Amino acid sequence: MKLPAFDYLAPSTVPEAVDALADPGRRAEVLAGGQSLLLDMRLGRAGPGLLVDVNGVGGLDQVRVRDGALEVGALARHRVFESPAAAPGPLGRLLALTVVHIAHPPIRARGTVVGSLAWAHPASEWCAVALALDAAIELRGAAGARTVAAGDYFHGAHATARVPGELITAVRLPLLGPATGVAFVEHRRTEFCFAQVAVAAALTVRDGVIAEARIGLANCADRPLRAHAAERSLAGAEAGPPVAGRRPPPEHPFARAGRIAAERDARPVPEPYADPEYRRHVIAVLVGRALCQASADLAAHTGHDRPGGDRP
Amino acid sequence: MRITLTVNGRDHALDVEPRRVLADVLREDCRLTGTHLGCEQGVCGACTVLVDGEAVRSCLLLAVQCDGRAIRTVEGLAGPDGTPHPLQRAFSAEHALQCGFCTPGFLMLAAGALESDPAIAADPERVRALVGSNLCRCTGYEPIHRAILRAASE
Repeated sequence: MKLPAFDYLAPSTVPEAVDALADPGRRAEVLAGGQSLLLDMRLGRAGPGLLVDVNGVGGLDQVRVRDGALEVGALARHRVFESPAAAPGPLGRLLALTVVHIAHPPIRARGTVVGSLAWAHPASEWCAVALALDAAIELRGAAGARTVAAGDYFHGAHATARVPGELITAVRLPLLGPATGVAFVEHRRTEFCFAQVAVAAALTVRDGVIAEARIGLANCADRPLRAHAAERSLAGAEAGPPVAGRRPPPEHPFARAGRIAAERDARPVPEPYADPEYRRHVIAVLVGRALCQASADLAAHTGHDRPGGDRP
Repeated sequence: MRITLTVNGRDHALDVEPRRVLADVLREDCRLTGTHLGCEQGVCGACTVLVDGEAVRSCLLLAVQCDGRAIRTVEGLAGPDGTPHPLQRAFSAEHALQCGFCTPGFLMLAAGALESDPAIAADPERVRALVGSNLCRCTGYEPIHRAILRAASE
């Protein structure tokens, strides 16, 4: 279907964009990458009266480290993160492992990380990563600027704490310390499908013991999730040697965490090709696999990362 | 809205509605029908063109967003005297097309990748991931993969 008619504004500053979005009578939407918004408009799922194109707003494409976090501006395209050098240390590796699961190169050249957070699809890879990392979402509206923690941001499928008229100016992803291993694994039916299940994992190990586990789940509920119960089951566990093969033995803490994520954290909804029972099985397998890979990633990088997580 | 698109080196001064996507404007206003529209939802990749050297889906980009940008379509691949581009020769040599509907998109996808990062040809896995961007439903991906590698080595 061709796009319905709308008004179009291309402001050049954030205040101008916020002013344009503040018009209550016009159902304004922000156009950044447009790779989901224009699709939704074609399918009749979105029908804004006004598109505020922020692609000409200076400075929004910045990606920089500030106060212990990677600040990703609203116009930073997915593609930027294909290089692990886009962020220091394990965070750069995690983002690079994640981004290859997002659509394909021409979409990644236009689509944005912040746009994924704004769209808030339950299967979104970036949303799962944002939750796992305790990201902070920076919003600007007519009433001023505010920051929302990722944990308070997702309210359901395509439902977030962002109110009409607000622009997400950036997302802040806290850096990961050097003793952290990362992984991102995804299962989907074909190369063109959304994730049936995807798992982001970061394991921090001190003195052979798991000091902190972070697990984000995509498409395991009506919204992206953090696997808090599975994370708690890992804290204090012996990290042990990297697991040979792709699946940990059933009594291994990683396998147990997978089962806990599937039974206690996930709330899978029925979908074509994947009923909840099947999805719980996949979640258990993928969480276990992601933790094995995070552990292997840590082993592969220990001794190479300089203390303090300097830029590689 | 009045915009100027520089398509294959030639300026097109146009008056377009904001709701029109680049693919439609290229086909209907610029009369460059080499860019094909398949799914019109970003999946098939038949409409892939280069905007400022970068391969993008022209069905998911508004024409007004491309005001002042340099656009390259499949019509801009061959030389001024009509000599086929190395990719076009390689697609022919490797039988990388049958019905040809997806071909303009694959050619522009490959042209964008080889021009921005020639090192991709040294890594067949990256080329595999690249051709996974677009849909071909008759030839199959192997000949397309071979053609891209052949063009890169010329």
